[in-house]
Amino acid sequence: MAEAVVLLDVWVSPFGQRCRIALAEKGVAYEYKEEDLSNKSPMLLQANPVHKKIPVLIHDGKPVCESLVIVQYIDEVWSDGAPILPADPYARAQARFWGDFVDKKIYECGTRLWKLKGEALQEAKKEFIEILKVLEAELGDRKYFGGDAFGYVDIALVPFFAWFYTYETCGGFSVEAEAPKLVAWGKRCMERESVSQTLYDPLKVYEFVGFLKKKYGVE
Amino acid sequence: MAAVKLIGSPISPFVLRTMIALSLKKVEYELLPEKLGEKSELLLKSNPVYKKIPVLIHHDRPICESAVIVEYIDQVWPESGYGAILPADAYHRALHRFWTFYVDDKLFPSLVAIGKAETEEAKAEAVEQFRAGLRLLEEAFVKLSEGKAFFGGDQVGFLDVMLGCFVVWIEAMEEVLSLELLEEATMPALHGWVVSFRAHEAVKEVMPESGKVVEFFKMIRAMRMKAAADATN
Repeated sequence: MAEAVVLLDVWVSPFGQRCRIALAEKGVAYEYKEEDLSNKSPMLLQANPVHKKIPVLIHDGKPVCESLVIVQYIDEVWSDGAPILPADPYARAQARFWGDFVDKKIYECGTRLWKLKGEALQEAKKEFIEILKVLEAELGDRKYFGGDAFGYVDIALVPFFAWFYTYETCGGFSVEAEAPKLVAWGKRCMERESVSQTLYDPLKVYEFVGFLKKKYGVE
Repeated sequence: MAAVKLIGSPISPFVLRTMIALSLKKVEYELLPEKLGEKSELLLKSNPVYKKIPVLIHHDRPICESAVIVEYIDQVWPESGYGAILPADAYHRALHRFWTFYVDDKLFPSLVAIGKAETEEAKAEAVEQFRAGLRLLEEAFVKLSEGKAFFGGDQVGFLDVMLGCFVVWIEAMEEVLSLELLEEATMPALHGWVVSFRAHEAVKEVMPESGKVVEFFKMIRAMRMKAAADATN
């Protein structure tokens, strides 16, 4: 029953997109509910009273919050689809470590690239390029972060691929120049329907950030 | 050559998490403490990304980040010792992991902020934030424990380990700063949980002595105040 799975989300959210990609990879039918964050629904407030944030997956009435917790939950419940986390404990630990790295680093530093100016922006740019290089080194010559199989780390990171244009334009650098393998990886991921149907055009994301900049008075 | 090594010492609550997990599983390992202020070559080689403890080294392969390490320990030694640390069903696993995120992202930083606060006002604000976080965990405990002793029910579970590692630090800070953080009046269930947690054999085996944590906290506070004073001179 599709109604048994509901995703509370916002179209542009890279965190929500992680969940959408995972659900698509597993072929799970679900109801997508777009939230207006300036006017949060009673459903959202009840499902995530601690943070009042999206995404929230509601499965048979039970809410699951935190995008990477949701992705793991999806992997465990719909276990007959292709695995998102590898079975081998060491490989699984590596996947969790890198998923956590993406979680800790990309969004926070990326946000500083469009919110800040001057010295602070230069600092953020330096840090962001460093993050890209660490990921580039970790990816190496592999097809995906998980090796031959698209998996957890790929899902954690790929939504930000649509944000690279925004980050590099605001920061004044080129992602492709700093991390060419990562860009090639992003393009490979976009060949998967689960990803191409979920990510928005980078220009649309840039336009959205332009709107946020006005809202926060950044210019 | 020990098959299992752990870099760090139990004064660090994140290292303590992994030691509790290893203790629950009755895994033998070699503990490799770091010297304060210095990072060993082994640490730098094993955790080049963060250069932080804990690092578990199993058959010469490093695993970093305490939450990742505990899940790894649970997966590698599934039936050992007391059985599974992560709950059996997917929904409860999601809840334990959600609250672990909360503890690491919100609760722990507010605990640190209490220790670092330089004005009475800042301290009061940090204390209130921390207590608010604990009150949420009180509610979560009532729901998850279902009347039993632990977040994991009858057994010590993932969230017990991920939160319980801070108990000795909370108590040390209460003593040094003359504060009540884990208020018995407003958090009776958590208070009971602390007693059960501390009494558990596997936890007792690795929990650092309160006195040692108090001394350590006093020492780093003094170091921080001195650094601040030197910086303004």
